[in-house]
Amino acid sequence: MVEEEKLLEVKNLKQYFNVGKTKEVRAVDGLTFDIYKGETLGLVGESGCGKSTTGRSIIRLYEATDGEVLYQGKNVHGKKSKAEIKAFNRKMQMIFQDPYASLNPRMKVSQIIAEGIDIHGLAKSKKDRMEKVCSLLETVGLNREHANRYPHEFSGGQRQRIGIARALAVDPEFIIADEPISALDVSIQAQVVNLLKKLQEEKDLTYLFIAHDLSMVKYISDRIGVMFAGKLMELAPSEDLYRSPMHPYTKSLLSAIPLPDPDYERSRIRIAYDPSQHHYDEKEEVKMREVAPAHYVYCSEEEFEKYKKNYNSKEKV
Amino acid sequence: MKKILEVEDLHISFHTFAGEVQAIRGVNFDLYEGETLAIVGESGSGKSVTTKSIMRLLPPGNSEIKSGKILFKDKDLAKATEKQMQKIRGKDISMIFQDPMTSLNPTMTIGKQIMEPLLKHQKLSKSKARERALKLLDLVGIPKPEVRLKQYPHQFSGGMRQRVVIAIALACTPKVLIADEPTTALDVTIQGQILDLMKDLQKQIETSIIFITHDLGVVANVADRVAVMYGGKIVEVGTVDEIFYNPKHPYTWGLISSMPSLDTDDEELYVIPGSPPDLLNPPKGDAFAPRNPYAMKIDLEEEPPMFQVSDTHYAATWLLHPDAPKVEPPEAVKERMDKFREKAAGSIKEGK
Repeated sequence: MVEEEKLLEVKNLKQYFNVGKTKEVRAVDGLTFDIYKGETLGLVGESGCGKSTTGRSIIRLYEATDGEVLYQGKNVHGKKSKAEIKAFNRKMQMIFQDPYASLNPRMKVSQIIAEGIDIHGLAKSKKDRMEKVCSLLETVGLNREHANRYPHEFSGGQRQRIGIARALAVDPEFIIADEPISALDVSIQAQVVNLLKKLQEEKDLTYLFIAHDLSMVKYISDRIGVMFAGKLMELAPSEDLYRSPMHPYTKSLLSAIPLPDPDYERSRIRIAYDPSQHHYDEKEEVKMREVAPAHYVYCSEEEFEKYKKNYNSKEKV
Repeated sequence: MKKILEVEDLHISFHTFAGEVQAIRGVNFDLYEGETLAIVGESGSGKSVTTKSIMRLLPPGNSEIKSGKILFKDKDLAKATEKQMQKIRGKDISMIFQDPMTSLNPTMTIGKQIMEPLLKHQKLSKSKARERALKLLDLVGIPKPEVRLKQYPHQFSGGMRQRVVIAIALACTPKVLIADEPTTALDVTIQGQILDLMKDLQKQIETSIIFITHDLGVVANVADRVAVMYGGKIVEVGTVDEIFYNPKHPYTWGLISSMPSLDTDDEELYVIPGSPPDLLNPPKGDAFAPRNPYAMKIDLEEEPPMFQVSDTHYAATWLLHPDAPKVEPPEAVKERMDKFREKAAGSIKEGK
C-alpha cells in the first residue's frame, strides 16, 4: 500500500438485537477498524462471532445500534434522503454466501443482473442494457447465451459468478463478500478467488472478505481481522498474522486449520481457547493496542508488554 | 487386514428426460477393517452416489444399478431387497449426512431419535435404550445428557447437532460408517473437534469409515487411504502419503495445486481448466483428457487401465505406461514428491 487513503472507517460499531429484552444479543460489540482504498481486508472467526453481522451493518442491511460507519468521510447510518441512499448503494455492493438462496429463482439471469442498472438508470436504451448485461457476464467468465436462463440451470460456481456480476453491475468501489466461496468445491473456489483478484486489479475495487477458511483468506487478503464474540481480537497484515499471531484466540484458530499435508496433520496440536484465561481485572482497560507496526491486538496493559516482548524476541531469531 | 466391504465394477445410471446419465462407470474399491477411506472429487464426480448405493438410498424410481457387486459379509447389497436393507441400515452400516440442520427430525426429541435404532435393531426395552442413549450422548461429548435427551434439534447448535447425528449413527456400533461431508457445514474450530471425536470413537468401537469430502485438509487429517474420483470413476487410489506426496494422476495434481498453502504467495491459484464431463454422453477415452494439459493422443481414444505404482497405490493414467513420455508435474506437486523421496530415503536409512 503506497497511498493509504481511508475508504471506510468503522468506529465503535455496535449491533445489538432484541435490545432491552432478556434475550439481548450483542452480535457486534464495539468494533473499530479502517479499510484502505484498493486493499482486501479479511474478517475471520467462528460462526456466531459477528463477522457477517459486521458486513451487513456496514452496508446498512441493519441499522447500527451505536457507533459510526464512515464511507469516504460520510456516515452511512442515520437519517438520509432516498437520493443519498441510492448514491451510496451504488458505491457499495455485497456478494452473499449461498449462491442458491441469493438469486431469485423466478427471475432470468438478465433480469437479476440488470436490476441495479434499472434502478440507477445506468442504461440509455434497451439495447444498451442488454449490452451491459452481456459484457458483465463475460467479465465473470460466463457467456451471453446465459442471460436468458434461470438460476436453477447453473451450477454453484456459476451462480456465484452471477452474484458477482450483479454486484458489479452498478460499478461499485467497495464490495463486501460474505463467505463467497464457503459453499463451493475446492477447484471452483480457486476459480472464484482468482476472478475476484482479477476484478480487483481491473476495476480498482476494495474488498471486505468475510470467511472462515483461513488459508483462502490469507491468500486473498492484505490485512486480516480476527473476531471473537463480537469484538476484534487481532488485526494485522496477513503475513504478519500468520507468522507471529499474538492473541491466544488467533493461535487457537490457526492451529485448527486442516492443511493438505498428512505429516503436519499427524503432528498437529490443537490449541484450545478459553476467554477466561485472561483474568482481566475490572479496572483494567482492555482495548486494541499496536504491538508491532500495523499489528493490533486486543489486550490489557500487562498483556501488551508481554506481547511486545515476545514479538521483539521473535524478530531477532 | 481383512476386507469388510468390496465394491466390484459398479455401474449406476439415472434415467432422466434428457437420457441416461451414467453417474458411476465401473467403480472398484475395498474397505478394510478399522481403516478410514476418504473419497475425494469435485461435485458430480459420483462420490455421494457411490456411497448412497452402498446404503441403497438412491431413488428407486429413476436410478438403476446396471451391474456390479457390493459385497458386505458375503452378501451382495446390490441385489438385496428393501426388507433386507432395512435390517442392515443403521445396524451394520450407518451414515452421517452433510447437513446436521436437515438430517434430524425437528418434531422428535433428540432422545427419541437416538433410541429409534436401538429399539428397532437391538430390540432393547425402552428403559435400557434410554440408558444407552444417555451413554451415547456422553460419549460424543454432549454435556448434561439427561436434560439434552428431552430437547429438540432446534435447541442445539450446529456442532452439537452433528454430535447427535454421530451418536445416532454409532448407536448400534456399525461395522461400516459412511460420513458424507460431515464437517462441511461447520466452521474450523468445530470441524476440528468433530474430526477428533470421530477418530477417537473409531478406535473405541473399531468401525471402518468411508469419509467423503472435497476438503483435502480434512482428508490429510482423517484418512488412512484415499480414493480420488473423477467422472464416475476412481482415477487414483493409495495411502494418504502416496496421494499427497507422490500423486501420479494429472487430476490429483490439479486438485492439490488448486489449494493455497499457508505459504502460497501472490501468484494466481492453479485452476483445473474446463468443466466436468457430461455423463449423458461420456467421452470415449479418458474422461479427464479434455481438461488435462498432459493429455496424449491415446487419452482421447482409449481409456487408461489402472497402473500399479506400489502395492497400495494405483492410478488410471496413460502417463504411467512404460512407453509414455516423461512429464514434469506442476511445481507444487514436485515439491511434495521431493519430500516423499526424502522420506523414503530416510526410512531406508533408519533400517525400517
